[in-house]
Amino acid sequence: MTRSDVQLMLDVKAGDDASFDLLLQKYRTPLVNFLYRMVRDTATAEDLAQEVFLRVYRARKQYSPSAKFTTWLFRIATNLALNSVRDNRYRQMQVSLDLPADEDVAPIQIPAREMRIDEHMVERDRAQMIRRAVAALPEKQRVAVLLHKYEEMDYGEIAKILDCSESALKSLLFRAYETLRVQLAPLVAQPVVHRAGEGRPT
Amino acid sequence: MKCEDVSKELIAYLDRRASSAERTMVEGHLAKCAACRSRAEDFRKLWNVLDEVPVHEPSFGFDARLRQRIAAEPRPRWFTWLVPQPRLALSMALLVALSIWMARLPKDQPASFATAPSEEEQFQMIDHLGVLENLDVLTKSDVLSELPPPTQPEQAPAQDEAAPKGDGG
Repeated sequence: MTRSDVQLMLDVKAGDDASFDLLLQKYRTPLVNFLYRMVRDTATAEDLAQEVFLRVYRARKQYSPSAKFTTWLFRIATNLALNSVRDNRYRQMQVSLDLPADEDVAPIQIPAREMRIDEHMVERDRAQMIRRAVAALPEKQRVAVLLHKYEEMDYGEIAKILDCSESALKSLLFRAYETLRVQLAPLVAQPVVHRAGEGRPT
Repeated sequence: MKCEDVSKELIAYLDRRASSAERTMVEGHLAKCAACRSRAEDFRKLWNVLDEVPVHEPSFGFDARLRQRIAAEPRPRWFTWLVPQPRLALSMALLVALSIWMARLPKDQPASFATAPSEEEQFQMIDHLGVLENLDVLTKSDVLSELPPPTQPEQAPAQDEAAPKGDGG
């Protein structure tokens, strides 16, 4: 019988390091992906993911299952990612005052329409456009979209991570998806055609 | 119902997490509003587009690096379960130190006598040793009994005034 995340964490608290390895295996990839989409740098994302796991390990003795394990895990990750993004933005401002002050609201340079509807546009370019559009969202909207779309968390859990009401979260998500709909209109209008045998689940 | 009212529930409707009442409300609006219907369809397509981003796999050495960092973490001491709070531990340590310090003080003397006399003070004490030795004799001497009794503080001004007159006559 598979143990729940909470049970695994309680076992870690009791001194079972093997249970920590199971949590690591389960959440390593989602966490690195979430952080990579937040900070857009592989090395930074992995460093932050390690820091998240390290903090979970350090806090094991004080762990009490008051919330879902993923809520706790991604709340730590969100805080670390936002701090990293803000620190990086501050460093960039120090390097050059010519750079935009707020990366999140910087306009995206979308290619000309002829390029956008080009049937030969490679998936890599499309993925790059999507990443940039998501990264250009305001911080809270970005976290909400990543947790809703990629981690498939329910509204209550995301609201706890973002420390807002479910009603506020729904408004946040609507605004975020509306922005992405406009920014990624060329991709929405021209869905990618997968080759045979490479279909993606929808 | 206005488009702004339905917008908040549109996402929950599309990802099938809306309640039946919310679903009925949104469906009623979409049946009448072409703009919101188009937006809802775009959202569905957008979610497929967002799935195009490939999964970013962690590097090969991720687990090994993490285990190395965990191994470098300080191990918990056996007595940590006794002291759940660091502030409590500090308070207890200070209390114990204060108790030990107070217990080492001499009980019959004030704290100023607790320190040992210096070498010079010890020599002075030896020089006056004869006087100190005779102190008991002096206190028991009859000469002391012949001294006038100590005057009362209230009567002191009157006596002072009378004395110069007597000397002058």
